[in-house]
Amino acid sequence: MRKLTQIAGPLAVIGLVAIVGSFGSPARALEFVDALVAVSFVVALYVFVGNSGVLSFGQTSFVAVGAFAAGVMSAPVDSKAGQLPDLFPLLSDHAIGNLPSLVLATGIGGLYALLVGMPLMRLSGLAAGIATFAVLGITHNVLRYWTEIGPGAGTLASVPESTGLIQAAVGAMIIVGVAFAYQSSRFGRMLRASREDAAAARAVGVDVHRQRLWAFVLSGALCGLAGGLFVHETGTLTTEQVYLDLTFLTLAMLVIGGAYSLWGAVLGALLVSGFNSLLGDAENGIHIGFRLHAPTGTRIIVLGAVMTLTLLLRPTGVTGGHEFSLGWLGRREPKRPGGTTS
Amino acid sequence: MTTFLQAVVNAVTLGSVYALIAVGIGLVFGVMRLVNFAYGQLIMVGGFALAVTIDWPVAASIGACFATVVVFSLAMELTVFRPLRTASPQTMLVTTFAVSFLLQAIALVKFGTFGRPANSLGQLNRAVSVGNIDIRYITFVALGVAAVALLALVLLLERTPIGLQLRAAAADPATARLLGVKADVVITVAVVIAGLLAAAVAVILTVQSPIVTSDYGLRETIIVLVGVVVGGIDRLWTATLGGFSIGFATGMLGQLLPSGDGLPFTRGVYLDSAVYLLVIVVLIFRPAGLFATRGSAGVERV
Repeated sequence: MRKLTQIAGPLAVIGLVAIVGSFGSPARALEFVDALVAVSFVVALYVFVGNSGVLSFGQTSFVAVGAFAAGVMSAPVDSKAGQLPDLFPLLSDHAIGNLPSLVLATGIGGLYALLVGMPLMRLSGLAAGIATFAVLGITHNVLRYWTEIGPGAGTLASVPESTGLIQAAVGAMIIVGVAFAYQSSRFGRMLRASREDAAAARAVGVDVHRQRLWAFVLSGALCGLAGGLFVHETGTLTTEQVYLDLTFLTLAMLVIGGAYSLWGAVLGALLVSGFNSLLGDAENGIHIGFRLHAPTGTRIIVLGAVMTLTLLLRPTGVTGGHEFSLGWLGRREPKRPGGTTS
Repeated sequence: MTTFLQAVVNAVTLGSVYALIAVGIGLVFGVMRLVNFAYGQLIMVGGFALAVTIDWPVAASIGACFATVVVFSLAMELTVFRPLRTASPQTMLVTTFAVSFLLQAIALVKFGTFGRPANSLGQLNRAVSVGNIDIRYITFVALGVAAVALLALVLLLERTPIGLQLRAAAADPATARLLGVKADVVITVAVVIAGLLAAAVAVILTVQSPIVTSDYGLRETIIVLVGVVVGGIDRLWTATLGGFSIGFATGMLGQLLPSGDGLPFTRGVYLDSAVYLLVIVVLIFRPAGLFATRGSAGVERV
């Protein structure tokens, strides 16, 4: 029963966000789609970082590869000749539909993660963080200059904008469902054991390298899918959109929500996105009892300040690493080592 | 041969600036176990201090730069890092992202997208010719500042009581505290020194690239962070050497990679990929750092 609540809660919240979003204007609905795609990014990142306890800056590479694969392959053939003249013939002469492009993004994200993960998953701590950052640097650099596979430093345009509220919500639900299934499986549990105490986990027979690699590949595939959802939301894409800013923002969302629980990943993404939209409104002037009109530029400053303050006041994140439960706000569970529940 | 020597001179200059940044990052990591991503924003603050005081006499302007950066460095420690001292490394690192983001946002709103010029030391860009090599005055300044700063730091660490405490705290914080080393004092000293170094870097960088924008110093800091971990962040001299090496490697590759089309992926635009690939190879074979002794503590492989 408790298990059911843990997964039903996040799914219900995602559904609720989509339903509430459908009542607003098209511009307003777009902000809700944004929030749902953010949930996809952060949960995909959580599958590796949350379960393994190893910091990775590299997951954005899989987002980027997935987004560009889905975008380049689903753009109409006649638009590619004009905007992407250097493209390999195989890529420029074919176009695939929405669903196949998402499957392609998932597959290519997972495959790239497998390739990168095999050597890198032997590393821990700071070395792992910097090595995954190097992967991100290489991915960005190659995507930016290799015009045979994409737009290079230019903008990829005319990608079908098929990610509305429904596709964003279904995509986020699939990613959350897979993440929950993984963390409840024996593989997920072995990896979480290694996060708490690598030496003890190894002593009871957990192959830490292999378990990390599984999580890295699964996370890479989900990141690819999230990237596919993203490119179908925006319709256009540059390499800068899937680089440093996205990496830091998604990591911040994860840590603010609580890096060690799925509920933390979902909540962190929604809270930061929602707050961001609210501040955007405040810059344009809104009525909340009184008329609030914040000067331009307030949004990014307040967002930075609130992120810093949240981390200062709740270093383990808003959820403190706990999964969703019905008495979530009322009950204070005794703190366990590492702050995990499942 | 001449072009090669010229490349070496330029690469050494870049390396010595990066070494200064590496010392600042390595020193703070040593006493706090904190990777300070917001270090680049201290350099940015220094750059803006120079830009705002551009009409002042040069010495006063540089003084203002040092004072401002040290104040920001101390403020960062007191308001953000001190309350988080017992938090997990992940939380600390992400908090420094948030601080970095916040300071950049403030600078962007205050000074705009195009930034401000800080070129009061522009005449240092003039060059003297030694043989066939052009050496700009700023090269001597950069080398001189790096040498003096490193020498002063070594003297401080090796010959003074506070230096001894710093080294003790870096080697084993818990034991050092038991023996009466005050963590707050040691950390404050490290933070002030790191601030002074960031200010020096700001002065040198503004000579080479005088337009100060909100992302000033960010790229350099990221590269040096990578270099510091590659060199070995556990000890100050390996961290410094790592910073110098990545600067030197970037400088050399940048000038020696061909600019036209040759073999696939050998064009100069793939410089970043080449450097990052080297980083990955080094980390796989020497995860504790290139210059770390075998079996050093802190970093393990699974």
